[in-house]
Order: sequence, then structure tokens, then C-alpha cells
Amino acid sequence: MSQKKVRTVGELQNLRLRLQAAPGRRRLVSLSAASCGRASGALEVARALEAEIKKRGLEETVELRLTGCHGFCQLEPDLVIFPEKIFYPNLSPGMIPRLVEETLARGRLVPELAFSPGPGQGFYPKLDELPFLRKQVRWLLDRHLTLDPDSLDSYLEQGGFLALEKVLSGLSPVEVINTVLASGLRGRGGAGFPTGLKWRLAREAGGTEKYLICNGDEGDPGAYMDRGLLESNPFSVIEGMLIGGYAVGAGKGFIYIRQEYPLAMERVERALEKTGAAGLMGKNILGTGFSFELELVRGAGAFVSGEETALIASIEGRRAFPRQRPPFPVVRGLWGQPTVINNVETWANVPLVLQNGPAWFSRVGTPGSKGTKIFSLVGKVRYTGLVEVPFGLTLGEVIEEVGGGAEPGRKIKAVQTGGPSGGCLPASLFHLPIDYESLQQSGSIMGSGGMIVVDESTCLVDLVLYFLRFAREESCGQCSPCRLGTRQMVRLLEKITRGEGQLEDLELLQKIGWTMKEASLCGLGRTAANPVLSALRHFRQELKKHVLEKECPAGVCRGLISYHVEKERCTACQLCLESCPVEAIVIADDGYPQIDQKLCTRCGLCQSTCPPGFSAIIKINRKESGSLAVVKGE
Amino acid sequence: MMKNEKNLKDRLESLLASLPAGRGHLILFLHRVQQEFGYLPEEALARAAEHFAISPAEVYGVATFYSAFQMKPGCRHELVVCHGTACHVRGAEAVSAELSRLLGVEPGKEEPGKEVAIHQVNCLGCCALAPVVVVNGEYHGRVTRSSLEKIVEKLAGKK
Repeated sequence: MSQKKVRTVGELQNLRLRLQAAPGRRRLVSLSAASCGRASGALEVARALEAEIKKRGLEETVELRLTGCHGFCQLEPDLVIFPEKIFYPNLSPGMIPRLVEETLARGRLVPELAFSPGPGQGFYPKLDELPFLRKQVRWLLDRHLTLDPDSLDSYLEQGGFLALEKVLSGLSPVEVINTVLASGLRGRGGAGFPTGLKWRLAREAGGTEKYLICNGDEGDPGAYMDRGLLESNPFSVIEGMLIGGYAVGAGKGFIYIRQEYPLAMERVERALEKTGAAGLMGKNILGTGFSFELELVRGAGAFVSGEETALIASIEGRRAFPRQRPPFPVVRGLWGQPTVINNVETWANVPLVLQNGPAWFSRVGTPGSKGTKIFSLVGKVRYTGLVEVPFGLTLGEVIEEVGGGAEPGRKIKAVQTGGPSGGCLPASLFHLPIDYESLQQSGSIMGSGGMIVVDESTCLVDLVLYFLRFAREESCGQCSPCRLGTRQMVRLLEKITRGEGQLEDLELLQKIGWTMKEASLCGLGRTAANPVLSALRHFRQELKKHVLEKECPAGVCRGLISYHVEKERCTACQLCLESCPVEAIVIADDGYPQIDQKLCTRCGLCQSTCPPGFSAIIKINRKESGSLAVVKGE
Repeated sequence: MMKNEKNLKDRLESLLASLPAGRGHLILFLHRVQQEFGYLPEEALARAAEHFAISPAEVYGVATFYSAFQMKPGCRHELVVCHGTACHVRGAEAVSAELSRLLGVEPGKEEPGKEVAIHQVNCLGCCALAPVVVVNGEYHGRVTRSSLEKIVEKLAGKK
């Protein structure tokens, strides 16, 4: 559909009213089709739905809409049928004929297809009754349920651009800034700088031109809140930036998206085109004299470019090297001009603040942290996905109630927050409220929203080593505390996982960590030691076990485990022989397989190959196999 | 795949011509070259230096800084194993090892003459599907030993 330009605020209002008044079809089927949904087969399900709806002649009464992320990653692909809000998870094309026949044609629920927490625990056919939604406040995520991310009309119909309209038809830039300040909105990228204050500083800075940047270089492994937002509701980010441009006095903005997110880039590109074609971006927006342009910039794969000064270097076409601050970007940023950099989620919150007012926004949260925060709740928890919770909810409430707690038969050990810049918090700290300050005091950070739950089968030393290897690879190499510190730490941790660690190594790790924290140039280096430091603080026992007893309680560190064949259970079927990639298994004189410990690489393939009925290959989680301690639950 | 020299020159010129003005678009240019040729030919870097009026060393510096760019032609089948945190705790190491065993290719090493390359990346951002493998752009979530075997069989069928 070719978009007609909207020239005035009045025309925008009329267009929205017309769209909202247009008679919709009786039922809306919203199918989650962001990256995760697609990877789980959403497009095949969509084809099946389309065919089935047509076959039963329901095209007139049912509309199928491919939306962005609903947040229930574990249950993808899922659909919600409006207006009843019937919810069906884990769809496959084979389920579709029955679903269409029963629910769409006859209006009946199919309980067996509804969500169930487990056998004998009942069914939850209605979206609003889902147990993991009870503690959530989904200001941003709920909008994804009915929005077609490629359609400006769909956004307008939901009340999109109401905030921009309000701003351009009566608020001065200073009033906008004061509103954002009063709301208490703070940067969602993790640092938590008050957004309104950042805008004010940029507005008051000199400079011939000013710029805005949306930081969508979501590099923390294990976090995908921003991808979810960009893929599901790109217009809200655009609207937020338009408002920011007006408030700050900027004429141009950039949306920087990491290259690993192709669908997000595609959707933002399309949304930018449509917003421009409608006259809501560009010269003289809505006839108010305010002009603003946005450009999409594709990242090129470097974790450090998420740091704001590095991001600026990357947009300027240079290597993503961070630089010393101050001067902060609000004073000297892109091309040396005042620049406001906010995270994707921050920008997406801006229209909410302006549309509903600061009082509405700040009624949710804690005294210091207002509104909601999206987390990607992943790892060893029953319901993984994007969750949106009010600030102040405790870690335990998020993990146990929203996440459904441990996987059956497991016990949760810790939660990792803040990615490579954060730390691990043990279950004994799950009473902590989630806000910017509490988690920091305990040695982690809230970060941008990654929340990775680990259970007793995860080794903390191994996890910490994982993050330090990541930091070592991604260190830009400019300053020595970070470049050398990450290398030294990896070396020490590797030594510990091999069973060659000594107590002094723990003290050395502490010292190096402190130096990196104090002396590194940018945020990456200053926080890269956090995983180690938090482990030294909260998981010293586990580290000591590795060092003193040469034991890995989780049975993960390869240097500290060994595999053995238990003859009593073995039937000499020789399957394990074929599975071994290094031919370390031989048939001994007694006819049973035997593992040559010198050749064995501890990959565990033989154990997973051994038929479950026999389970004759056991793992021993100690360097010396003298006293045996068998790892449970494998 | 390889274009002849004249062809390469023409393509570079038209890619440059379609670029918005400004030094900032060096990375965009490199993206487009990478997309078209599967790697960055030396001529492209030299031409970029000339076009943006910067030293070849600087262009080379940018090109090698970012993981998106490759200096050598890629393989026919590209497998990406996600090693993000969620994938790591759900066994990405074992996934890489198993793929490596099945395909006879070492992860992270471009071996000339091989049909397949296994790349390891930091995080693809679909953590709830962990562990994740991407085969020629197609995502496979919650992979297991048996699903990896199927993936490899399918690749072998395509040869």
C-alpha cells in the first residue's frame, strides 16, 4: 500500500481514528514469528494455518497476523486468538487442522493443545491465566501480541505516534526533557544513567549539530531483549528517537544493530521507509518545522562496539576503539558533536513516558529504579524467554515464579546477570530485589538484561573461564590492564580446571581483577574481571575444591574427571568403541571395553552412547580415581 | 564463484557508486563486498583506500578488526555453532566437537579444499533454543546428537 503523506497533527489524528474505526474481522490469530519462532517452525505453521483457514472458508472472519516475539521462547511457535485470548503453545503443522476446526470454526477450546506445566497439573487455555505471566508487567511486550511489525497502520491503530503527536502539538523541548526526568527513566543498557539528564546535557552543550544513537549492538552472550524489541516493534524505537531528537535539538539519528540480527535489520529498514513515506520522519514533520532523519547502521561483529565511544568510532567507519571519557559523548560524540546514545529498550520506553505521563510511569518500580525491565531468562530454568517485570521484584520471584524454577529433578545453584561484565549470584541471594543498585552491591550488575540460570550440573569455574575467554577475545587491545589481565586470568583459570591450581592463584586472580577494575580504559576492561571477582566472593568453596581437592563437583572440568567402564553393568556390546573419536577404548583381555586414560579426551560421547538400560560408563569427578565420587544426574 | 579481474573492477566501481557519501560508509562498503564475493579481495581494500582517501593500512585495520569480514574465500557450506552463554551451559562444546568429528573439519579453521567450514560465534541471540547451530543461514535449535547426524546427512546429500 502506498502511504499518503500525513501533513498535520490533525491529519494524523484522523488517520488513526479511521484505522481504529475500520471494522476488523471477528477473530485475530496472532502467531509469534520473530527469529526464535521462525527457528522453531513458525512459517510452516503459518502456511498450514492459511491453508486450513481457506479450506474452511473462514477468511472473512479470521485474520492471521504474523507478529514479533510474544516472549514465550520455550513454547515457540505459539499463537493467541483474540478477542478471547486463547493460547496454544508448541505448534506444529499437524496440530493445525484440529485447532482451526475446533476453535476457529466451532469456537471450542482444545484442552489437550493448551499449555500445561506438566502431567496432571492441569491446562491453561487462556493467555491471562498462564502461571508465568502472573508477576510480569508487560508494558512493552504485550504490545507485540497484536502488532504487525511491518505495518505502520497496525502501529497507528494501537495508538502509535500518540506520544509524538502530543509532543509536537504543545510541549517545548525543555518540557519534554523535564517529563522524562520526572518519570525517573534510566538507561536500560545497564549503566542506569538518568535519560532526561543525558538529554538535558546534550541540549545544553554547544556544537553546530547534534546526533542521537540507538545502541542495538547487543553483544552480551545470553541476552536478546533488544533483538526482541527491534524485530517486534521497530516503530516504538523510531517514535522514541523522534521525540528525543525534538527534545535535544538533533536533526539526525542512527540505529546501530549488530550484524548477527538480520531480521531486526530488515524490519527496522522497512519501518524507517514507511515512517519516512508517511511524512512522520524527514523534513518539517507534521508541519511543525521539526526535521529529523534516521539511518540504519549495520554492525560488523565486535563486542566492544557496544561501548558508547567505540560505537561512535564504528559509525565513523573506524575500528571500534573506545576512548577516554570525559569528554562524554553528550559533549563530544559523533564527528565531535554532542551525541545522545541510548539503548534500544530506553528508546522504546520514551513514547510510554510521554503518552501516559511521568506519574503513571513512576508508580511502578522502586524509589531509585522506575518502570519495568525486560530480561532474557535462559539457562537451566523451566520457562525460558523474554520476561518483563517491574523493578523491585526479587531474583527469586523471577526465577521461581516467572521462570518456573528448576528443571525437573534439578536444583538451581546460581544466576548469572550482566553477561561478561556481571557476575554470578548464589541462590542464597535470591531475596535481592532487581534494581540498578542492589545487584551491584552484591558483586554483580543488573546489566542490559541477560539472566542465565545455572544448576548443580554447571561448574562455576568453567562458566567464569568461559566469560574470561570471551573477554580476552573481545578485548580491543589498546590498554594493558585489559589486554594482559584477561590473558593472565584465562591462564590461571585453565590451570585450576586442569587440577594444577594452588591457593596463591586465587589471591593472584583477586589482585589482577582489582587492577583491571581500577586501571582499564573502558567499561569492557573495567568490568571484565567481575565474573572472577564475584566467583571469589560467592563461590570460593567451589574454587577451593578444584584447587585443594582437585575435584570438580559439577563434573565439568575435563582435567578433573575420568570415565570408566563398570563391568557389572556392561554387556560388551562395543557401541562405545565406535563412538570414541580418539580410539581410546579398547577391548581388554577379559572381553570388556577399557578406556585408555592417556588417550581419552573426556568428551563424554561414550557415556551418551551407552544404552540407558545399561549405563555402564560412569564419570568420576576427581583427578585421582582413588576415592570415587560419581556425578549424579547425567 | 571467482569473477575475472575486469568483472571485479566493474563491480567494485558500481558498489562504490551506490554508496552514500562520507568516510563513515567504509564499513557499509566492506559489508557489500563481503556479501557479494564471500570475502574481501585485496583489490577491494586498495580501491576503498583510494575512494575514502585514507591509507590502505587503515582500511586493512578496519577490515581485520571486525569478525564480519573474511580475507579468504569461504567454503560452500557454512556451519555456525553458537557459543553464547546459554548454549555453553547447554553443551555447545560438545556440539562443536561432535560436528567436527562427523565432518572431519576443525572448528574455526578455514581449511582450503574442504566443502564445509565450522564457525564458532559468541551469541546469536536465540538463547531459549540453546544449543543452536546455523546451517547455511537456517537455524536449528535444541540440537542433539541425533539431530546433528541428520544435519550432516542432509549436507552430504546436497554435495
